[in-house]
Amino acid sequence: MKRMDAARAVLKHAGEDALVVVCNGMIGREVWTIGDRPTHFYMIGSMGLASSIALGLALAQPSKRVVCVDGDGNVLMGLGVLASIAVAKPKNLFHVCLDNEAHGSTGDQRTISGSLHLDEVARSCGYAWTNRVDGDAGAEALEVAAKELFAGEGPRFLLAKVEKGNVPGIGRVELTPPQLSARMRAHATR
Amino acid sequence: MSDVTQDFLGALRDNRFDFFAGVPCSLLKTLIAAFDRDPSWGYVSAVREDSACGLAVGAWMGGKRPALFMQNSGFGVSVNALASLSRMYECPALMVISWRGEGGDDGVPVASTSKVGFVDAAEHLQMGEITPRLLDLLEIPWRLLDPHHAAAQVAELTKVMERTSRPVALLVRKGIFDGGGH
Repeated sequence: MKRMDAARAVLKHAGEDALVVVCNGMIGREVWTIGDRPTHFYMIGSMGLASSIALGLALAQPSKRVVCVDGDGNVLMGLGVLASIAVAKPKNLFHVCLDNEAHGSTGDQRTISGSLHLDEVARSCGYAWTNRVDGDAGAEALEVAAKELFAGEGPRFLLAKVEKGNVPGIGRVELTPPQLSARMRAHATR
Repeated sequence: MSDVTQDFLGALRDNRFDFFAGVPCSLLKTLIAAFDRDPSWGYVSAVREDSACGLAVGAWMGGKRPALFMQNSGFGVSVNALASLSRMYECPALMVISWRGEGGDDGVPVASTSKVGFVDAAEHLQMGEITPRLLDLLEIPWRLLDPHHAAAQVAELTKVMERTSRPVALLVRKGIFDGGGH
């Protein structure tokens, strides 16, 4: 399973109105390339904080669906935030971790996510629902899991194991950071 | 609850702050206790101060006006989040930062912790000394909280925050919120 395909499958089932917070690194560039929406917020820098931003947004706008597209390096860096999310219990927060067991943006150095199960960490913190799709499970299994992810109340956590490697010549987010935050605020408060 | 605490909480409400998060400090304990007593504040007890900065950015994009509470040690934890998230994305917040170790070690080497006469516990001296300069370096508009003019300061800083779209800070010395009245 390629990371970009996994991101595409999750976004397809998230719904057009979902407010999407994408973590820093290659994942943001891939989501941008799949197709930008005014409801997407791409992080540049501040590794580890996508889930915190998504939680703040979910608490501020409890009637809107908030999706956090995260990576294993980011989740590990902000591991305590899994507990924050589980305890705050935002019914509208859906957390996806695209896990390639590597720091893909800096040269595929290994993370430690291969030695533990991040979905089980989220489960034991108290997420309402967690699931895991293995890398060899195929596109269909991911589609099913993505559909299930959005089928109930949050906070829900989906771990998708994906291949290492980046897309050659992938695009970069072409909006400035203030443009990204302003358009998210405009859409979130609409 | 001391009058200063009550006035300050009133000033937060008067200036329409409506999202609260942080990590406690003993110097801010009456504020945090008030948040914990009244769930309508919706105070989020964050696991780290940089996470609180992230929460504030999300809340601001969700239409809220966030206020953050932390010790200056946690302000140190938050440096990159403030520079490359809050500042870079122009997401404002009012930061209430307690000032442990004010004045630093006053010339006494930090290593000689057995000596008496330090302004604060050893772990606060280095950070206490550089806290105002660090705020300046990050170009965060800040004021030293004056307990007699707290409401006016909150109102003025809120205007600065709106005009600049960046985090602003109130630095809180020892004894302002933790002294007396309860």
